[in-house]
Amino acid sequence: MSSTSLAQTYQRISSSKKFQERFSIAIRLVIAVFLIFFSIFPVLWILSAALDPRNSLTTQDLIPPNWSFDNFLRLFNKDPNFSFGDLKYWTWLWNSVKISTISTVLSLSLTTMAAYAFSRLRFAGRITLLKAILLIQVFPNLLALVAIYVLIFQAGQIVPAIGLNTHAGLILVYMGGSMGLNIWLMKGFLDTIPRAIDESGMIDGASNFQIFYQLLLPLLRPILIVIGILSFIGTYGDFILARILLNDSSQYTLMVGLQIFTAGQFDKKWGVFAAGALIGALPIMITYLALQDQIAGGLTQGAVKE
Amino acid sequence: MKQKTGNESPLGLLTRVLLVVVLDAAIGWFIYNSVQLGFTQLAAVLAVVLVMLNIIFLLPQAYAYRWMAIGLSFLIIFVIYPILFTVYVAFTNYGDGHLLTKEQALKSIQQATYLPEEGKSYSWTAYKSADNQYVLWLIDSNGDTFLAKVGEEIVPAKPGDPGIGEADSKGIPQTIEGFQRLNTLLAAADKELPNIKFGVEGGKTVQVRSPSEAAELQIRYLYDEATDTVTDQETGEIYYNIDGTFTSRTGKTINPGFRAVVGFKNFIQFATSPALRGPLVRIMTWNFVFPTISVLSTFFLGLAIAIMFNDPNFPLKKIIRSLLLIPYTIPSLITILIWRGMMNPEFGIINRTLERWIGVAPPWTTEPIWAQAAVLLVNLWLGYPYFMLVTSGALQSIPADLYEAATVDGAGAWVRFRKITLPLLLVAVGPLLIASFVFNFNNFNLIYLFINGGPPIVGAQTQAGHTDILISYVYNLAFASGGRGVQYGFASAISIIIFIIVGAITLAQFRFTNMWEEVSQNV
Repeated sequence: MSSTSLAQTYQRISSSKKFQERFSIAIRLVIAVFLIFFSIFPVLWILSAALDPRNSLTTQDLIPPNWSFDNFLRLFNKDPNFSFGDLKYWTWLWNSVKISTISTVLSLSLTTMAAYAFSRLRFAGRITLLKAILLIQVFPNLLALVAIYVLIFQAGQIVPAIGLNTHAGLILVYMGGSMGLNIWLMKGFLDTIPRAIDESGMIDGASNFQIFYQLLLPLLRPILIVIGILSFIGTYGDFILARILLNDSSQYTLMVGLQIFTAGQFDKKWGVFAAGALIGALPIMITYLALQDQIAGGLTQGAVKE
Repeated sequence: MKQKTGNESPLGLLTRVLLVVVLDAAIGWFIYNSVQLGFTQLAAVLAVVLVMLNIIFLLPQAYAYRWMAIGLSFLIIFVIYPILFTVYVAFTNYGDGHLLTKEQALKSIQQATYLPEEGKSYSWTAYKSADNQYVLWLIDSNGDTFLAKVGEEIVPAKPGDPGIGEADSKGIPQTIEGFQRLNTLLAAADKELPNIKFGVEGGKTVQVRSPSEAAELQIRYLYDEATDTVTDQETGEIYYNIDGTFTSRTGKTINPGFRAVVGFKNFIQFATSPALRGPLVRIMTWNFVFPTISVLSTFFLGLAIAIMFNDPNFPLKKIIRSLLLIPYTIPSLITILIWRGMMNPEFGIINRTLERWIGVAPPWTTEPIWAQAAVLLVNLWLGYPYFMLVTSGALQSIPADLYEAATVDGAGAWVRFRKITLPLLLVAVGPLLIASFVFNFNNFNLIYLFINGGPPIVGAQTQAGHTDILISYVYNLAFASGGRGVQYGFASAISIIIFIIVGAITLAQFRFTNMWEEVSQNV
């Protein structure tokens, strides 16, 4: 075959639409592999660190020789060769789950009831208040840190059970955020539920609360799950408020505990940190991936990951 | 919709009134205690909440607000009040040396005593215990006798009382239980004895003045409410209240100081103090550079991915998307700490690999420019999945016939992207870009956890580093000053400045995007 005909053949193949498409997909797949490597490398690396019993940043390889679950056992802090003063991993995990669950349930109830009023009732100041809620969210509570600290300190002088270093005090502060963007999400969803449902209840003589509780609440399940999960993850991942309000190692949340644990001599705690990080992150990761479509829907309404 | 407040059942009415009574009692009790402890601002905000709750639950017109009464109370106490309190603190000197209220500080100042040259005096005898504790036996000019211990009230006592031995010829007990009597010579030579204050701090106290005499101490500082001055009884010097510290004309001060409103001092310090100016200019500049680059890099990477895989026929689309989403699904604190380990300049995998392959190990934590690059890289990793999610949603809403028409007109891929995709996309995700900018403007977690603001700026007065942003600087001022003392007032002033910057950006955004109009249409 002469060189001219080879070039012609090449031209014919490459100009065919099918080839172009395949070529483009192949290139994009290669790019995808690179991107995925960038995206999951830290996760693989932490998995490998967790399984490497040598527990050291310095010597770690991607495939650990003699892999074992030693680091996970060390989280119990009972291994005399790897004893870490204030490591109370399971207490921290429990604290986090407890605080996040209570906050989520309480704030969901406050949010849902408020959203019902905004969606179904007409009253003076309704629109102003809705706008105000949107505007207040602009100021992150991070900026009022000193004030929140003083507030909880003073509250604790009066009722020690809601003061500094208590979970109740922290939960109260989280509650302050329940009149937030989630009201807009919930109200938007409520607006899509036909009024005819309310009216049928009214004809039967049901009160507003009965309509809300017995007729509307069951229909709100999908959005309740999405907002609930987002709010649980948000509280679970919160660091700074818990960091300044809690100061006793048995009161820490997981995020505070892990941060304080890793301060100083990180390289000698690396494997144990990795094991703790995995246990703390995996349930959240799986939930997110399983519900990514619903959550993405909620996000485009304007929330930014905190 | 018709509101059914008129036909409330008697039971409902009873419950409602009972609820109001319980709430009033609980909050009233809280207010009472706040006032007792001097927490005036807290009492005021609780009073506001109390009035609001009463109106909401008692007035039929406020019916709708009953549905959100508790949420509103929390909003006022835990969101709005802290913002207002921050504004207030920004105008005070609240911080180390000024932590107390004026009443508390005066109480502490008025406990100071001095030993007057003249005054009521006693003759004394000292007793010493095995562990170097002292007691005094005092006889006043009338012949009455007293026993004085440190930290206990001075009480009249007689020889022969429980624990006190029999008197000698001068009427002084031979022994006191647990203590050894010192003879006159030993007592006179004792170096510690003249420094000990017997009796209770703030009450009647007695101190040894000379070998023959002990005298009652007198209050050193007298406060005059009318002139708001303190007079030193010992020297006669007058101290004036200057910004929360009693200061004399010669510049001497009395500790402790107290909280006082100092006007714009903190803001002036922010703008003019030469010791602060150097670090602050750097921090401010970086505080704008960091979110700008972060938003642009995460947006364009997210958008590029979204465009690349927007094709419905693309193989493995779902799984690729899930894998690329992973950075978003892990609590950011955990991933930031992982990156901190991976980017450790000596031991981290990144530098070990780079060293092996190209022989370079960038000083990620010690060189300012590398530290900033590291922060931006980690934030790119953390942030692109968010924009991947929102832009792929927005891309699907762009009508396909626009592209077809453009192709017919001979527009290439780049022109189509620039003239169709980008403008339409920006309308949809513009507000999210601003929100992301504002979020990163205050991205405390990343800066603090990844690198703690480091490397430090040499010569900075308060802890400040090359990757510090305002909010992490504020945190150091308020909570982690490393022995230099907390400065709540100054920290709050910077918070207010951040408030203003963030608020201005957001308002501008509302105006540009006509968000209010959209909002009004939706409600």
